[in-house]
Amino acid sequence: MSDSTAIVNGAPADAHEHPHPPYQRHHFESMGQQVDATSFAMWLFLLTEVMFFGGLFTAYLIYRNWYYPAFVVGSHQLDIFWGTANTAVLITSSFTMAMGVWSAEMRRKGLLVFFLVMTFLLGLAFLGIKTIEYGEKIEKHHVPGFHYSVQSFVDSRSDKEVFEKYHDKSLPLDMARHTEVYFSLYFAMTGMHALHMIIGIAILAFMIVRARAGAYTTGHITFVENFGLYWHFVDIIWIFLFPLLYLISRHGY
Amino acid sequence: MSTTIVSLPDQSTARVPKTNFLTKENGLLSWLLTGDHKRIATLYLISITFFFFIGGALAGLIRLELLTPQSDLMATDTYNKVFTMHGVVMIFLFLVPSVPATLGNFLIPIMIGAKDLALPKINLLSWYLYVVGGILVLYTMITGGVDTGWTFTVPLSTHYLNTNVLSTGLAVFVAGFSSIFTGLNFIVTIHKMRAPGMTWFRLPLFVWAHYAASILMVLGTPVLAIAIVLVALERTTGIGVFDPAKGGDPILFQHLFWFYSHPAVYIMILPGMGVISEVVSTFARKRVFGYTAVAFSSVAIAVFGFFVWEHHMFIMGVSNYSTLVFSLLTMLVAVPSAIKIFNWTFTLYKGSITFETPMLYAFGFMGLFTIGGLTGVFLGTTGTDIHLTETYFIVAHFHFVMVGGMLMAFLAGIHFWWPKWTGRMYPEKISQLAALVTFIGFNFTFFPQFIVGTLGMPRRYAAYPAEFQILNVFSTAGATILGVGYLLPLLYLAWSLKYGEVAGNNPWQATGLEWQIQSPPLTENFVEIPVVDRDAYDYEWLERQKEKEVTTSVG
Amino acid sequence: MNHISDVIWKFLVKWLTNFALFPPEASKIAPQMDALYFFMVLVSLIGLTVVVLLITSFSVLYRKRRHPVAVQIEGSTLLEATWTIIPLGLFLVMFVWGAIVYFRIYTPPANAMNIYVVGKQWMWKAEHPGGQHEINSLHIPTGRPIQLTLISQDVFHSFSIPAFRVKREAIPGRYTSVWFEPTTPGTYHLFCTQYCGTNHSAMIGEIVVLSPDDYKKWLADSTSGMSLAQNGERLFATLSCNACHNGRPDSRGPSLANVFGSKLTLTNGSAVTADEAFLRQAILNPSEHVTQGYSPIMPTYQGQISEDGVIALVEYIKNLNSNYRVEQTLNTTNLLPESEGKASGAAARPATATPPAKAPQGQGTVKQ
Repeated sequence: MSDSTAIVNGAPADAHEHPHPPYQRHHFESMGQQVDATSFAMWLFLLTEVMFFGGLFTAYLIYRNWYYPAFVVGSHQLDIFWGTANTAVLITSSFTMAMGVWSAEMRRKGLLVFFLVMTFLLGLAFLGIKTIEYGEKIEKHHVPGFHYSVQSFVDSRSDKEVFEKYHDKSLPLDMARHTEVYFSLYFAMTGMHALHMIIGIAILAFMIVRARAGAYTTGHITFVENFGLYWHFVDIIWIFLFPLLYLISRHGY
Repeated sequence: MSTTIVSLPDQSTARVPKTNFLTKENGLLSWLLTGDHKRIATLYLISITFFFFIGGALAGLIRLELLTPQSDLMATDTYNKVFTMHGVVMIFLFLVPSVPATLGNFLIPIMIGAKDLALPKINLLSWYLYVVGGILVLYTMITGGVDTGWTFTVPLSTHYLNTNVLSTGLAVFVAGFSSIFTGLNFIVTIHKMRAPGMTWFRLPLFVWAHYAASILMVLGTPVLAIAIVLVALERTTGIGVFDPAKGGDPILFQHLFWFYSHPAVYIMILPGMGVISEVVSTFARKRVFGYTAVAFSSVAIAVFGFFVWEHHMFIMGVSNYSTLVFSLLTMLVAVPSAIKIFNWTFTLYKGSITFETPMLYAFGFMGLFTIGGLTGVFLGTTGTDIHLTETYFIVAHFHFVMVGGMLMAFLAGIHFWWPKWTGRMYPEKISQLAALVTFIGFNFTFFPQFIVGTLGMPRRYAAYPAEFQILNVFSTAGATILGVGYLLPLLYLAWSLKYGEVAGNNPWQATGLEWQIQSPPLTENFVEIPVVDRDAYDYEWLERQKEKEVTTSVG
Repeated sequence: MNHISDVIWKFLVKWLTNFALFPPEASKIAPQMDALYFFMVLVSLIGLTVVVLLITSFSVLYRKRRHPVAVQIEGSTLLEATWTIIPLGLFLVMFVWGAIVYFRIYTPPANAMNIYVVGKQWMWKAEHPGGQHEINSLHIPTGRPIQLTLISQDVFHSFSIPAFRVKREAIPGRYTSVWFEPTTPGTYHLFCTQYCGTNHSAMIGEIVVLSPDDYKKWLADSTSGMSLAQNGERLFATLSCNACHNGRPDSRGPSLANVFGSKLTLTNGSAVTADEAFLRQAILNPSEHVTQGYSPIMPTYQGQISEDGVIALVEYIKNLNSNYRVEQTLNTTNLLPESEGKASGAAARPATATPPAKAPQGQGTVKQ
């Protein structure tokens, strides 16, 4: 009986050029099938991520509908400068990622590494900006559960910066308390998003090392391509989060 | 004329093939780092059996406490922990992975003519995630348990308990991802790796059932994950998303939780139904009656299953009009299950029926799932739900479908595919006895619970009014019989590993692709990928094959 | 009966009652629910019998020994249609019937006597309008509809009376309600059926149904002094509600006389009925429930008042027919608008014109 199981490095030089550990089986009949299957798998996984974030979006929809004034003043507390900066950073990083995938397709290793590094740095920049923003929230005691303060909402003049920009009315206490729900969702949604960014950045670091070793420029680019899908997805989530969280009732200012 | 279809090779000369997936490589690492779906299935089988008996022991404790009306066997807090852990272990560590992670993993690639699942590493990751989830549950148990009920109702779980809610939540979260990855793997595999000629409508119904369950796993489980994250956040930092004092709404948690947990029950039962299709067909020697109807019913259950979650909340103060919608949809989701039962029944019509153990379990399934499913309609009807919900009627209902249904299907499947998996037959007489004991024990345990529930006895009660005692005693007596019924397979299946008769490729003379290869299979399943030119359950083809006497066993 | 000795008959009766399969039917809706239940049991029995009979007879007729060669049958669209349509039809009948019963149970009639029930770990407190308080029990008369308005002080509980076939969740943050009309005097089980922690199984009690006369006697015997409404009146003054809701033309808050049950238009344009739930929300989350024509200056009482207090206030407002007594409490508590120089800060204004004071847009700060 022939031993057609795991093939190590002395493989026939057709489609099996990618290195793999000895225990992995050649269960695919062709590279086409493998690429097809792994791509499909990544899209499915992204679908599960949509359902995952979907729960948070549902909560957001319901509470924004119930407590709109609280959501307005809560949103005005977010710095639109940083938010826009982050949006620009992420969209650019999606561009550099797409360029990375193209470079891999073109088998241009140096360019691939460059774009991966750019994406990595932009990802770090995003997290840095998020840190600044979270810092601001901590200072102003707008972190739910940690000495949360409604002072800026019941007395809107006490928060000069924000008041000068938006001239919001002070809220009655009961509505002001509901801003805590807004911030809960803010932290939950951006926090969950940031967690996905961190995972993406970690994988990018791994990919940069492998890319420099030439792993992705031999014509087998599935890993880079599928990661690109993931990265674009994380970007799209932010594209939704940004208007929902930052842009509530900002017209006219 | 024999009353069995079992066809074994000559025992004096037959041997289990020397090269197979079990013997291919040795050593612990070859198992712990395997990508072979069959080895992973074996790892799963061992782990879920372990957790099943833990969950079963917890059940035993529950029934012992309920022998007497007072809360006298253990402190009430302890009892609350025992039933919570029973639910968590049985649902997340046993029922959800049971058939898919063991039989599904083992069989799906072979049934579709592939050499493995699409993503073997993800498959292994699934198992590790399961193990981590299991370890976290054990950790929870050892460090004092959790007493939220498996349903984690807020605000009880977020603000009013100081037990291990977080570690349990984390365990369920991790085990949930195990389930998501398994489902993901199955969907990709079934879509992309079918052998040439294996069209969708030539697939065995086992595959259809798993496909439907996988859709539920993939789309439903993430919502549970986010619900748990929110509970954890609320519990640790008091964010207020479920807290009325801060403007949150605890009913939101109910919606998020049940959005998963209702499809979860279909995740649990659909694979079992897949097993029943295979077993009934084989032991009636007939194609499943209404193949297309059964296939579409599986998918219909999955799709409708997403739209009925509020029927767990009928008395919680939701809008009366919303209950109309969800009750109506619940009636719709009940119909495909009924269709399947009738289709399996009519598979027997003009068949040639034998009563080996898997078939006995299948009969048990059909009867008990019918009762369980019909009582589900009692609960889906809003008017009766008011009286019956939150009582032992519910407990009886879900045990009928899960234990009388799913667990029987699991045992049917384990017995049916045991010869393929291990190369050896289990002992028939004692296994038939065990099936009978299980059936009797089950009915004694759970039927009285319908009555005591209608009488009003609430669930999750450590103590109850004395007038309910006699029914509880019946139930506990049944539970001891049931325990014996489950211990027996553990013992004789282990025994059969060494002393069972050699099975050969196709002891049941079945038609599936898995029966055309050696037992146990080669690591790569097929020496050559088959080209499929026939429908599933083609017994006429089998007859022609027998005449040609082609064997495909290796070594 | 002549043929059965007394002893055996007594034994049978004892066994049947002790081995009852159903709880006693003690409310008007119970027989209606039971009728539906019996229908479903019947349908289930028939369904199960059909399936079991088919399986058994096929197993006997077509066992291998008797029927060695199977006949391959693909299916039958007619049969598929039959066993799709018949179960669906039966289930739809159950759906409609059940929906009718459900709507009946959860739509209290307007003339129902309302009793408040507060659930908390691990007891039920029932508060009768006349001020009678009960713990883990509920005394009610036969012959009239009784509505329970439920709320929880902590976690989810569920108020269940099997003999009446009713049950309703008690939720923190919101009132829920259920109604029934008891028919048979007796003592029946009360259970908490939503798992609520350590002593969930101890959160049980008795529903004592009395004849109307006995009920009147019980009311008289167990009155503890102030009725709910009287208690509410006291709170209304203590919490200074009467400062704004004093019924005067220039008052800062709408008059509450006869407001219960009326239709209000809120500032956001929506129309609501001022029921118990609305009143509770208006007290705890006032800025979202401002009547049109008034400014959102009412402070929230969340955290300052218990559920019992809210119940008392709601009961008081329900019974408020005129502002006479409100005026009286104003006289005695120094809360006349004229005597307030400093109390309410920027929102204070002197009593002037006849129309209700509509505070314009300014930035009214709110007392905390």
